[in-house]
Amino acid sequence: MIAIVDYGLGNIKAFANVYKKLNIDCFFASTPEALLKATKIILPGVGAFDHAMTMLNNSGLRETLDMLVLERNIPVIGICVGMQMMAESSDEGQLKGLGWIKGSVKKFNQLNLLNNKQLPLPHMGWNNVQLISEEPLFKGFEGFPEFYYLHSYYFECQDKKSSIGIADYGIKFSCIVKNKNIYGIQCHPEKSHHNGVRILKNFAEL
Amino acid sequence: MLKSRIIPVLLIQNKGLVKTVKFKDPKYVGDPINAVKIFNEKEVDELTVLDIDASAEGKEPDYKAIENLASECRMPLCYGGGIKTTEQAQKILSLGVEKVAFSSATLEKPELLSLLSKQVGRQSVVLVLDVKKKLFGSKYECYTYNGTKNTKQCPFEFAKLAENLGVGEIVINFIDQDGVMKGYDLSFVSKFKSQINVPVTILGGAGEYSHIEQLISQEGIIGAAAGSLFVFKGKYRAVLINYPTKQEKEKILASLTF
Repeated sequence: MIAIVDYGLGNIKAFANVYKKLNIDCFFASTPEALLKATKIILPGVGAFDHAMTMLNNSGLRETLDMLVLERNIPVIGICVGMQMMAESSDEGQLKGLGWIKGSVKKFNQLNLLNNKQLPLPHMGWNNVQLISEEPLFKGFEGFPEFYYLHSYYFECQDKKSSIGIADYGIKFSCIVKNKNIYGIQCHPEKSHHNGVRILKNFAEL
Repeated sequence: MLKSRIIPVLLIQNKGLVKTVKFKDPKYVGDPINAVKIFNEKEVDELTVLDIDASAEGKEPDYKAIENLASECRMPLCYGGGIKTTEQAQKILSLGVEKVAFSSATLEKPELLSLLSKQVGRQSVVLVLDVKKKLFGSKYECYTYNGTKNTKQCPFEFAKLAENLGVGEIVINFIDQDGVMKGYDLSFVSKFKSQINVPVTILGGAGEYSHIEQLISQEGIIGAAAGSLFVFKGKYRAVLINYPTKQEKEKILASLTF
């Protein structure tokens, strides 16, 4: 069953609602015992990087999560700050990330963006994703699907192959990343109507 | 490419949905959850829900009602009304709301914005300025408590201050255009948006899709919000929840020419 990691952050109910509508079972995991039942894992996240890392590190779930993802290779998808936490570090904070995908989280360069008055920060609203590899996660998508974004920091992959979806906001940045069984998505599939539902369904069917 | 957002704004009073004219005469237009369900089907860009009783009557936000709304929303949700502290904001975000809106609390205590941006992240913090043109002259002032209290603050100056302290979006809500459906105050918007470096959303005055087209063709990427337009239909203002279809939306967004 799909476990939605409940460490006190993120819109866990929104994911549960999407899966309920799809008739796919999922549950909230707030203890290591519960998390062990997972066959797939959703790692949500909102707010500041250090705050999210602190909440996760203090949740008692960290060790089990690392074991399931890195040793048992259970598919996991990080959403928004949940994705950023998978990096090694972030410009936004001092704490170490999970380090599951090589790379670091950078802030959009506001000076570059401001040369074009159309691009204020945060990057807020609906933007397209360029899907750059054939992935089961992208089954059924054509062209450049739209998703909802709300962020000022982005994932910079060390290994180019980790970047499987790209968005354009003044610069082209990785908005969907992958390393083996580990996925991360910067936009909010739980709030992106039919495109979001499709990606969450595809994840469930991996 | 990033697109302009077209945003229905729902006003809540006594747990019901209402629509005002110039911030007065709230008319009951239905049940909030029912409206959210319809907006889900119409795949709206974002939804804003404002509890217009909460601050005016000094009440806590109705967390249970917010939770019910948030769990129903399949689009990003912004909630405003009665939020005064970072703890309240955090609690509301944990209920599944993407953005929290502030007006009176931050106008009275601007330093709240820097606390919020540190503790909840500025991308989730929205400043709503209810503005009204002065009777004489061309200046505007910010009002609070449903337009009953004039703070005498200049919206340009306060928006700049808010931007420096930390805010993720600024919503300008025009009191005199509210519910009138004659179009946005475009001359104010052009002066305002050119000075602001965070996303800006305009509310008040939209009565037909062409008003949104005008706003987008003038300003480029912007939030175009409306209340009456999305809850009333026809010249007799029959209550009917509506939103542009995919084709209508494409036409509106195509008015962006640069």
